[in-house]
Amino acid sequence: MSQILTMVAQRLALGLLTLIAVSLIIFLAVELLPGDLAEAILGQAALPETVAAFRRELRLDLPPHERYIEWLGAMMQGDMGRSLANNREISELIGVRFGNTLFLAAYAAIIAVPLALFLGILAALYRNSLYDRAINVVTLSSISSPEFFVAYILIAWLANTLGWFPSISNVHEGTGLLERLYRTALPAMTMTLVVVAHMMRMTRASIINLLASPYIEMANLKGLSRMRVIVHHALPNAWAPIINVIVLNLAFLIVGVVVVEVVFVYPGLGQLLIDSVSKRDVPVVQASCLIFAVTYILLNLTADVLAILTNPRLMHPK
Amino acid sequence: MEAALKALRKAPPTALFGMAIILFYVFLAVFAPIISPYGETEIVGEQFEDWSPDYLLGTDNLGRDMATRLIYGARNTIGIAFITTCLAFMIGVTMGFLASTLGGWVDQLTSRVVDILMAIPSLIFALLLLTIFGTSMPSLIIIIAVLDSTRVYRLSRAVSQGIVVMDYVEVSKLRGEGLWYIMKNEILPNAMAPLVAEFGLRFCFVFLFISALSFLGLGIQPPTADWGSMVRANADLITYGILTPLIPAASIALLTVGVNFVVDWFLHKTSGLRE
Repeated sequence: MSQILTMVAQRLALGLLTLIAVSLIIFLAVELLPGDLAEAILGQAALPETVAAFRRELRLDLPPHERYIEWLGAMMQGDMGRSLANNREISELIGVRFGNTLFLAAYAAIIAVPLALFLGILAALYRNSLYDRAINVVTLSSISSPEFFVAYILIAWLANTLGWFPSISNVHEGTGLLERLYRTALPAMTMTLVVVAHMMRMTRASIINLLASPYIEMANLKGLSRMRVIVHHALPNAWAPIINVIVLNLAFLIVGVVVVEVVFVYPGLGQLLIDSVSKRDVPVVQASCLIFAVTYILLNLTADVLAILTNPRLMHPK
Repeated sequence: MEAALKALRKAPPTALFGMAIILFYVFLAVFAPIISPYGETEIVGEQFEDWSPDYLLGTDNLGRDMATRLIYGARNTIGIAFITTCLAFMIGVTMGFLASTLGGWVDQLTSRVVDILMAIPSLIFALLLLTIFGTSMPSLIIIIAVLDSTRVYRLSRAVSQGIVVMDYVEVSKLRGEGLWYIMKNEILPNAMAPLVAEFGLRFCFVFLFISALSFLGLGIQPPTADWGSMVRANADLITYGILTPLIPAASIALLTVGVNFVVDWFLHKTSGLRE
């Protein structure tokens, strides 16, 4: 048991190190600007006094390491500074939007995960059958399509031709849960379609890998029923790869949400990020990137820790 | 040559289909100025005109010919994705081979840096860098190439680690050959098959990535014709039941499917030969 704890602790320490390194990169990337942020934003025509005042306001006159520590400390307390574009508190801008993004990602995940596992296991069990081949071609095309293609097909079909769902997902704080689910149905479906294809292929591959191992062949040769082989022999060892597949795809969903939010004009963090990139609103971009990156890293970390915890070889050491 | 033809005859229909698609796109890209009826940025009529003999696919939001923009889009989008992938491979393969040949602290350092770069989702990282460096064409190509080279690095390092320990590399070292010679003449030829397959997959990824960025208005900038931004600029038409803006999106999907088919076949073939 202690072996597991050591491994988990090691993985967590590595995760923490990665988080620090990533926050450093996001902070220091701005230092790569030729000149500095003040010059880049105000332009070359700005008066030296204006530039100096702006620098003081952004505290650019301090050395980078001091600013980094200050920035990180403030971030951890939820104070993300002010937007350059409209001078609003960034935490205010981000708060609700991040909730919306998580809602959409969770919505898609609740549909996508069971569906993908079911289809993937089926494809692995009946591999090289007509079903397997058909689903291979379908998932391949789905992976190959840009997200906005899938999104617009759904809009053209389900929103315009059939009129079942709205093509714009405008929700606000007062929107009730059912209404919210209805309005975000199309973006959720788009993400489901994209992510199911990935997840299914990964599930199929890991199950096939497993079914090829000698102990499964042994179980088959002993004459056990197919059901028993799968539930008692394959499944305990399949948990690790399956959990890995699920969590990796959740991480993928969190990031994939960006394009989908823009198509459906959904007020999420992704859309804020895109708007801020085109306005070059650096503090907002930094804060949103940090949130996305931290979520992504934490999900990957969870995948690794769960993979260690569900590994039967580690759970029952000799 | 004969062996190649023989292999081609045995190729499954999906691979042949994929090759036909790729050839067609390359043809469009190369001969864009000859095939297309109008100039790339030429305004030829009213906004959003219908399909007609004059404007095969109608006109776009500024009155430019859609068919022309579509053909030039093949040239720009595919060309930029191709250049970016080549650059990513130059960086990634060189670093990967260096890491595996030199080993020691070089390997440790590059691998840890790559680990950290890969911990950040690439779309988010690209958006951060685009904010800082602006969305000009060179910065777009360099940013995506550098981000993508981390994946290439991982693969080429892994592949070449298996080659570096071979006797013929040892012989070459004893003969006094330089590092560059060993990487180019001993490792590269033996690492070719997986790298070529990876090139196809990375190209698809980069191609989709650039299209997504252009769709978001942060990739290839107007007036350069590009499929991602064409979809975005004309998306309003879809709400009126006109599906023309889906054509550039479908073109993106079709090329990616084609490349994937060819890569699948290639992987199957090269891995089959080894076993």
